Amino acid sequence: MITKLNVASIMVLNKEEALDFYVNKLGLEKGQDVKQGSYRWLTVRVPGDVTEISLEEPGPPVHDEATAAQLRELITKGALGGLVFKADDIRGLYETLKSRGVTDFTQEPTDHFYGTDMGVRDPFGNAIRILQQGKVPNAAKA
Amino acid sequence: MSREVEDLNRRLLRARDAMDRAYAEPLDVRAVAAVAYISEAHFIRSFRTVFGETPHRYLQRRRVERSMFLLRETDRSVTDICFDVGFTSRGTFVRTFREIVGEAPSDYRMGNGPMVAPNCYQMWATRPVVAAGAARRSSSFGDAAAATAS
Repeated sequence: MITKLNVASIMVLNKEEALDFYVNKLGLEKGQDVKQGSYRWLTVRVPGDVTEISLEEPGPPVHDEATAAQLRELITKGALGGLVFKADDIRGLYETLKSRGVTDFTQEPTDHFYGTDMGVRDPFGNAIRILQQGKVPNAAKA
Repeated sequence: MSREVEDLNRRLLRARDAMDRAYAEPLDVRAVAAVAYISEAHFIRSFRTVFGETPHRYLQRRRVERSMFLLRETDRSVTDICFDVGFTSRGTFVRTFREIVGEAPSDYRMGNGPMVAPNCYQMWATRPVVAAGAARRSSSFGDAAAATAS
């Protein structure tokens, strides 16, 4: 029986820039940072959580240059999958992110029947959703 | 792919996000192009190359998708929903809706109830596909320029 999601991956164009965004802007913490030759296994995680998010760049030896170029194109078009987090104070977090210089919001905090969520993109185009779960009365609006 | 292309893609995505946020407002194609820091003509051409449709078409489908959401989830009148999602006339809205969805808004409402899925997934995955050549005439957003670029 599977018991836990251990590692998920997200494609980024630059690991160092991604680390700065996910840790210093979004508020995650740095996880693993291991180098072996030219490869750097770099992860971030929600503080206190065990699930690692591996930051991966397209390129050799995993991808040939043509494949890497396709992946970079898809990333910057916002066509790859993203991440969904939970938060306990979504509107407070929104203000915090703005104060840290985050500008690429795809959606300001919005109420739905399942809670309040917002959207933001990382510097490369990946979609990030953040949800504060909980019933919100009269929430059906476009 | 060059850094220049990656950078252009990212700016076009930022402009597309701006349309997704402000679809209910009277959007001007020049203002949206400015989000990408390029001219109106370059924006329309590049947007179509990168995303496979003109910004005009993208916005129209977003507005119709949001109207479908409101028809499913609320009991607001068709006229109210028309204005809620950025159309400026009920006739234009109903005609555009029918062209894209294949039925009138009131008929769509009768056949579809609330969808139990997060709103972001609904916005992402339920934007209606429009037949090629259809629904080009009825938007306040860059009609002439979009038609020229199509």
